[in-house]
Amino acid sequence: MAILIIAEHDNASLNDVTAKTVTAAKAFGGDIDILVAGEGAGDVAAAAAKIEGVRKVLHADGAEFKQQMAEVMEALIVPLMSGYDALFAPATTMGKNVTPRIAAKLDVMQLSDVIGIEGQDTFVRPIYAGNAIMTVTSSDPKKVVTVRGTAFEAAGDGGSAAVETVDAPAGPFKSEFVSEDIVESDRPELAGAKTVVSGGRALGSEEEFERLIVPLADKLGAAVGASRAAVDAGYAPNDYQVGQTGKIVAPELYIAVGISGAIQHLAGMKDSKIIVAINKDEEAPIFQVADYGLVADLFNAVPELTDAL
Amino acid sequence: MKVLVPVKRVIDYNVKVRVKSDQSGVDLANVKMSMNPFDEISVEEAVRLKEAGTATEVIAVSVGPQQAQETIRTALAMGADRGILIKTDDSVEPLGVAKLLAKVVEAETPDLVIVGKQAIDDDSNQTGQMLAAMLDWPQGTFASEVKADGGKIHVTREVDGGLQTIALEGPAVVTTDLRLNEPRYASLPNIMKAKKKPIDMKEPSEYGVDVSPRLNVVKVTEPPEREAGEKVEDVAELVTKLKSAGAI
Ligand SMILES: Cc1cc2nc3c(=O)[nH]c(=O)nc-3n(C[C@H](O)[C@H](O)[C@H](O)COP(=O)(O)OP(=O)(O)OC[C@H]3O[C@@H](n4cnc5c(N)ncnc54)[C@H](O)[C@@H]3O)c2cc1C
Ligand SMILES: Nc1ncnc2c1ncn2[C@@H]1O[C@H](COP(=O)(O)O)[C@@H](O)[C@H]1O
Repeated sequence: MAILIIAEHDNASLNDVTAKTVTAAKAFGGDIDILVAGEGAGDVAAAAAKIEGVRKVLHADGAEFKQQMAEVMEALIVPLMSGYDALFAPATTMGKNVTPRIAAKLDVMQLSDVIGIEGQDTFVRPIYAGNAIMTVTSSDPKKVVTVRGTAFEAAGDGGSAAVETVDAPAGPFKSEFVSEDIVESDRPELAGAKTVVSGGRALGSEEEFERLIVPLADKLGAAVGASRAAVDAGYAPNDYQVGQTGKIVAPELYIAVGISGAIQHLAGMKDSKIIVAINKDEEAPIFQVADYGLVADLFNAVPELTDAL
Repeated sequence: MKVLVPVKRVIDYNVKVRVKSDQSGVDLANVKMSMNPFDEISVEEAVRLKEAGTATEVIAVSVGPQQAQETIRTALAMGADRGILIKTDDSVEPLGVAKLLAKVVEAETPDLVIVGKQAIDDDSNQTGQMLAAMLDWPQGTFASEVKADGGKIHVTREVDGGLQTIALEGPAVVTTDLRLNEPRYASLPNIMKAKKKPIDMKEPSEYGVDVSPRLNVVKVTEPPEREAGEKVEDVAELVTKLKSAGAI
């Protein structure tokens, strides 16, 4: 058995979710190779080679790989799959964008957002916003799997896999990159953060979100998250959304401020180790999952908490 | 341009599902069903393209039981022109749905297919991408803005770090994200009008593709229950508790 993993990276550094995907691949069992497709991504390939348990790293470098566009990745990966029994990728927006195309070309049914692997045919995944957990067996000859990062520990370092170069596929491609608006920040990345402070609709404006949530997160060295309502209203950027259709997080500490606790929000954070909820409505459903609930007006409680830390 | 919009009938997003005690699945008897919320966003986008004079025809297609006709009617009431129901009582996986949709595309030759990013029942997030690959079309997934006014289709995508804009040479598949638009409610006159719009009735077997499932459900269980903790009196007590729990 051999497994190919698509690395998650930004061309400069390897995202930790890749090492978590390696752990999932180990549960599947077999030789594990990592594909790094990027532009000037030599450091990423070197970092991937150090993950313990990796056989080799395939490195495809070129301008066409900079954004890991779906069509280019499909053209690169489909031919490689003749040498593999499974394709694994993290369930990031990159993974979700790319892997179903490959599954379709291989004529297999993808296993999305997998949280458990019980041998080479049996997979566990959440459905209905995590309100049900489904165990399925797949009869497909090759498996295409996206992995929920919060469900697996990162594999350690200590490997020294060889790095092989792979050639770029021939174009032309019918999609092209135009621009991006990616905010560089010193904050921990939301999906992998140890502490997350999230704000909801109750913040009322972008200014209040900035004034109250951000300093609390700064004090805690936390990532900032938001409910859908806060994102829709423009209080926080779209990539802050935690939930069923946003990011899945499972930090050591999750602080929900002015968030009611709709099932779609809970789907993204209820595996956090400790949950704190600050809400003025003592009946808010968020309290049903909170370890520590504070019934209070956030406009008083949050500054007080920030000061106390 | 012609726009095809797949719409799925799913459990309403407000309903909390219950797992069946025999672990065979979730209980869908007597629960409210609705159009998948992302598909409402797709229909809205397609209808707006029509209102802007860019789209000439909007076709809603669903794969599902007889009742999925209601879902198509909802799309028609929102402004779609006609519907296609591929009727089946079996559950068809995203791979099978994508194969059927690819056949519909072959027959209807749309310029754009607007698919939801994710069905809120199976949470697969794959049908649109699979369809694009089967057709060898480009894709713009997780769209928060679509500009299709002649020439290339520009799609702004919600990605992990922020937003990304790409240009697609049509025909193309777009999958919709939450910020693309706010779907309208159908007005009563439009609901009445929708009753007269045509829905083509089909069966999967008419399309000559194999849609038999590849996955076998072993069991469906409840997620681990999370116990509610305690209420704290004030910020000071919260800080004390978090410190003793080692959380800060
Ligand atoms: C298809 C679909 C997908 C979705 N995906 C997601 C998702 O991924 N993530 C997500 O979060 N949501 C998602 N939602 C939306 C979800 O259903 C809820 O609408 C949303 O989570 C509500 O956000 P909120 O808790 O901030 O707002 P509200 O529900 O309005 O809650 C605000 C809370 O603030 C409290 N409050 C008000 N004022 C104060 C104050 N001064 N001090 C303290 N507390 C106060 C109120 O008591 C209330 O509990 C989705 C919905 C759909 C249909
Ligand atoms: N049975 C179906 N009928 C029509 N459209 C569907 C069906 N299943 C999935 N889709 C479309 O594919 C999208 C993504 O679904 P999924 O890949 O299952 O998460 C949905 O939002 C629909 O647009």
